[in-house]
Amino acid sequence: MPVLFWTDILIFVLVAVVTAFFFYARRREHLRAPWRQVSRSGVAMGSVVVLAFYATVALLDSLHFRPVLGDRGEDGRVQYAHEVLSVFDLLATSIRTRDEKTYSAPFAAFLYAKETVELPDGRQERRYPRLRHGGSHLQNPDEDKIGDIIATSVFASVKGLLVWSGSCTVLLLLLAGRTRKNLGVVFEDVTRGRTHTRWRSILVTLGFLLVVSFVAADLSAKYHILGTDKVGEDVFYQTLKSIRTGLVIGTLTTLVMLPFAILLGIMAGYFRGWVDDVIQYVYTTLSSIPGVLLIAAAVLILQVYLDNHAEQFASVAERADLRLLFLCLILGVTSWTSLCRYLRGETLKLREIDYIQAAEALGVRHFSIISRHILPNVMHIVLITVVLDFSGLVLAEAVLSYVQIGVDPTMNSWGNMINSARLEMAREPIVWWSLFAAFVFMFTLVLSANLFSDALRDAFDPRMRRQP
Amino acid sequence: MIAYITRRALYAIPILLGVNLLTFFLFFVVNSPDDIARSQLGDRRVTAEAIEHWKRAHGYHRPLIINGDSQGFGRITDTVFFDKSVRLFAFDFGSSDSGRDIGYDISQRMWPSLAIAVPTLLVGVMVNVTFALGIVFFRGTYVDFWGVVVCVMLLSVSSLFYIIGGQYLLSKLLHLVPISGYDTGVNALKFLVLPVIVGVISGIGSGTRWYRTLFLEEIEKDYVRTARAKGLSEQLVLFRHVLRNALIPLLTGIVVLLPLLFMGSLIVESFFGVPGLGSYTIDGIQRQDFAIVRSMVFLGSVLYILGLILTDISYTMADPRVRLN
Repeated sequence: MPVLFWTDILIFVLVAVVTAFFFYARRREHLRAPWRQVSRSGVAMGSVVVLAFYATVALLDSLHFRPVLGDRGEDGRVQYAHEVLSVFDLLATSIRTRDEKTYSAPFAAFLYAKETVELPDGRQERRYPRLRHGGSHLQNPDEDKIGDIIATSVFASVKGLLVWSGSCTVLLLLLAGRTRKNLGVVFEDVTRGRTHTRWRSILVTLGFLLVVSFVAADLSAKYHILGTDKVGEDVFYQTLKSIRTGLVIGTLTTLVMLPFAILLGIMAGYFRGWVDDVIQYVYTTLSSIPGVLLIAAAVLILQVYLDNHAEQFASVAERADLRLLFLCLILGVTSWTSLCRYLRGETLKLREIDYIQAAEALGVRHFSIISRHILPNVMHIVLITVVLDFSGLVLAEAVLSYVQIGVDPTMNSWGNMINSARLEMAREPIVWWSLFAAFVFMFTLVLSANLFSDALRDAFDPRMRRQP
Repeated sequence: MIAYITRRALYAIPILLGVNLLTFFLFFVVNSPDDIARSQLGDRRVTAEAIEHWKRAHGYHRPLIINGDSQGFGRITDTVFFDKSVRLFAFDFGSSDSGRDIGYDISQRMWPSLAIAVPTLLVGVMVNVTFALGIVFFRGTYVDFWGVVVCVMLLSVSSLFYIIGGQYLLSKLLHLVPISGYDTGVNALKFLVLPVIVGVISGIGSGTRWYRTLFLEEIEKDYVRTARAKGLSEQLVLFRHVLRNALIPLLTGIVVLLPLLFMGSLIVESFFGVPGLGSYTIDGIQRQDFAIVRSMVFLGSVLYILGLILTDISYTMADPRVRLN
């Protein structure tokens, strides 16, 4: 039975909007031009591939449902489990369900903590017990492990490379068909980086990611490749689940604040007078409250509300989802003010330009002037702001969760992972793998988002645009 | 000048009133004082008497905005809004939900905050400007390219990792400084080193990149070309002409931050166990102490507006072309 969370709905809306824009912009040269410039940047295209990988995981993780229980109920109807799963959970069943007792290091075959084990002859001894799942197929872990890991990785890399070369061939054939060139010529163009779109960096990144994910998938079937956490849950699974949280915060926040920012910013700049005064007053007031404090205040209030209305939520996941959505809303409230200010300034400038004066003189209605003349001319600011804000929001999630005003503690997120791992810093030997996993995944996401947004800004900002 | 400042200060009043109304709405209208009391007392089956007692003890028992039972001014003054919100204008913060005097706590706790924030800002600006000037000096070369790449990488790391990494490296592995804590007087010094270092390093990425853009904007202007045409050396152009002119946006960018330094940094202070205003706020948030959070929201807004006014003033001082009117 499918389950739709609020954030799921908004994610699908976002996907629909992006797809619609893609088809709309495809046939309009002035909209395509800056994108084409972005596609000329190798770094940006590599980042796009990385971002696409993250987005795929997040989308798979957004298709929620309640699985069917094996036995039918008394009245013969199909029974659904109480627990809400996603398609991604289904794909990752093997790492999701194989829990250990407590911490274990990456690739470990033994538990992190010593336990009293009863030997066959009745004596008791304290030693590191074997893991229930991690490396349990090995007879003699100390000797066989390295060889097994290498063999599995090599085999998986070969699989990954096969898939990669398959997709390369398809792409080359498509390119050759479109440009009506010889396949060999196309191959040489791509490898020398002479194509218009930087296919070379796309393919190199894709190959790297495919190999890494195949190796990770095959190894995680046998080991906990990033270890397990305090309650024995696989850290690799946790960090993959956190991707959705990070992306939701990064994208939905801007999605919910955009309508306000665009509408109010343009209205203030266009109508001036008392409208301008009121809107300026509103955003000055909001922006004068330090962001963290406003978020803290709002989340505290939400907490009180949730405490007092616990009966309204069907499941913990639904409650956590509502909190996530609310966090997006409140982050949106704190971040729309700067965009609003930019748009107001830009509209004030645009308003004095001749073609808008002409439109006004010809008696075009306000609404048409705004939607046909002003809005298209400020969209580049909106786009740049949205993309630039993304990485900041992903980072903010971690900090807010640390302060305990972020996402729900039951929700998988990098902030929660860091927060719980931080308390284990004092242990000896140090429990580093949760931090490491969160670091690697966050860093990759934020770095590629930053690189992509830089290229995007260069392409869209008229001040930066280079003459072709 | 004085007329301008007065006018700006008067403008601040409606904004602060707005802030107050907003926080009042958030804290008392979305959730009634009863809800707050119930969540503070922690049990769902709290008796009405216990709630009433808690409200009376913390001054939430009055009507919200208009008190119909009182006479004259009492109709307005004898309310939660007046008692909890309007009083903030006189910087009378009242007492926290746990019964301590907030004003006294703030006056005690702002010094540790400043002791960390001021050196972090000063050292940070010096380090960033030096790096940015170095990158600009080698602009268009591999140094420039890799400098920017390193900056982007540095700013892609969450500030939490800088703190954890710093604590692990300097305190746990090298045993140079204590992991966290604070002390009074000169003894505080050894506790300050690590937060300041971490603060500076975590700001290098964004800071250096920002200053680099400032310098590059400046370096394309006509007067720089003239200076080069006169035959001045690149160092002289960079340090005497570019740096001085870029100081205007640089300084004003710093001035706007100055008042907010009082507030301290939330995460740095709570990670390092520094008893400053940042950790005070975090404690307030985690203990769900609404009085503290409300006071800090107000204080933060006042300081923010103060920063904006100071920025305008510093513009006129740094750049004689700017006139306030």
